[in-house]
Amino acid sequence: MIYLDNAATTKTAPQVVEAMLPYFSEIYGNPSSVYELAQNAKSAVTQAREDIASVIGARAQDIYFTAGGTEADNWAIKAAYEAYKSKGNHIITTKIEHHAVLHTCEYLEKTQGAKVTYLDVDENGLVRPEDLEAAITPETILISIMFANNEIGTIEPIAEIGRIAKEHGILFHTDAVQAFGQVPIQVDEMNIDMLSSSAHKINGPKGIGFLYIRKGVKIRSFIHGGAQERKRRAGTENVPGIVGYGCAAKLAAETMQERTAKEIDLRDYLIGRILKEIPYVRLNGDPKRRLPNNVNVSFQFIEGESLLIMLDMEGICASSGSACTSGSLDPSHVLLAIGLPHEIAHGSLRMTLSAENTKEEMDLVVEKLKEIVEKLRSMSPLYEDFMKKQKK
Amino acid sequence: MYSEKVMDHFQHPRNVGEIENASGVGTVGNAKCGDIMRMYLDINDNGIIQDCKFKTFGCGAAVATSSMATELVKGKTIQEALQVTNKAVMEALDGLPPVKVHCSLLAEEAIHAALWDYAEKHGIKIEGLVKPKSDIHEGEEEEEEEY
Repeated sequence: MIYLDNAATTKTAPQVVEAMLPYFSEIYGNPSSVYELAQNAKSAVTQAREDIASVIGARAQDIYFTAGGTEADNWAIKAAYEAYKSKGNHIITTKIEHHAVLHTCEYLEKTQGAKVTYLDVDENGLVRPEDLEAAITPETILISIMFANNEIGTIEPIAEIGRIAKEHGILFHTDAVQAFGQVPIQVDEMNIDMLSSSAHKINGPKGIGFLYIRKGVKIRSFIHGGAQERKRRAGTENVPGIVGYGCAAKLAAETMQERTAKEIDLRDYLIGRILKEIPYVRLNGDPKRRLPNNVNVSFQFIEGESLLIMLDMEGICASSGSACTSGSLDPSHVLLAIGLPHEIAHGSLRMTLSAENTKEEMDLVVEKLKEIVEKLRSMSPLYEDFMKKQKK
Repeated sequence: MYSEKVMDHFQHPRNVGEIENASGVGTVGNAKCGDIMRMYLDINDNGIIQDCKFKTFGCGAAVATSSMATELVKGKTIQEALQVTNKAVMEALDGLPPVKVHCSLLAEEAIHAALWDYAEKHGIKIEGLVKPKSDIHEGEEEEEEEY
């Protein structure tokens, strides 16, 4: 099997699993209890919090564990809206956010009277800072722009966005689910007030994430109950998950340079071969300002789900922006936002690598892709029409 | 998510291709929704469908339903071919996931569109055949972009 869907989820690293195991069976105490068993669990949570905070240059007490990236996004946006709505009702985000952000904003529009601006992006998926500047009104209370896009891998100009937000005194949240542990992030330098992340994207366990909340940001609890997480997120801590997250974050930070350099080599090799050897294909996303492991290409005249099934039959796991993988008729909102026509967006393929992949695997993927794309095109009425037009 | 029959027809689609000077050709669906089916019919003087071929741009279910539809109409009379409904196609494939039912509707429509084309070309009227809605030649043709 060749696994090329690391943006969907990653394999939990063996070290991470090992670090977690004692917290299921031996150190199972509730961190809120007083006896030693519980205190050992509590200090493991504290350690993990510190390890995670240091990756983004944050204070440990500003890291709040959640059940994942989606909860962190929901919390940041809904609670910030509630806390600051007396100052205004305007939120600025982009058209290419993850649904955890988009649907949360839509919810606030429908039920809470929020006004939301969804910024356009350029053909590579980049937000234009001047557009952001122009969208700001006296009513703007929150800017939520993702650090890096999950589909096309484009890394947004976060430091510049942070600077603009700070100049206008507006809260800035970033969904960094794809970026945390993949690219350097410094919350102070980048003026990030809130940041969402998820463990399972960086070889950590599923079901655990965090929201970074800068000291002074006035958002309140979103899950009510006990006094955990400095009274801001109730519920007994997911101790094994938190320990696993801490371990994964530390590992990701330590290996970032070497690991991502290898991923970039593989990525650019794969992109290069595909663009050179397969006709009528385009790269989606910025060629340079992109996540180290992201490849997103559109093959003209073919449909993504067929491509995915055929890749699966060859043992290659990837994903697509095709509507047919999601059960709706419209292809990915991200691909439409960068201006792709529907039929091109339907033929897109996302392959997200890991440092465990090899050049030999990339070669095999290219060979299989050539065969599959040719087979699907030979069946495609769009290709037939195109070739007939060419002959004329 | 797909039955074995769907997977079989997707992996080994029957009757893929074109028929030169076909008696009738129908193209349905649109690229916007991600499914386009083109059906070619070769109908002899006795009104028997001697051959049927297809080309499809679409998901696994779209390919499988087109393939099954060609199998179901091959060797049939025009009237029998009209009885090949989306339900018949789905049943022959041991079912489809709910979100893919529209693919079987498209397959039924593709047969109707090809028969309609045949009827128009030969100046005949086929009892029970109504003009298919989504023949893409009815709409404006989208310019293909090249990369």
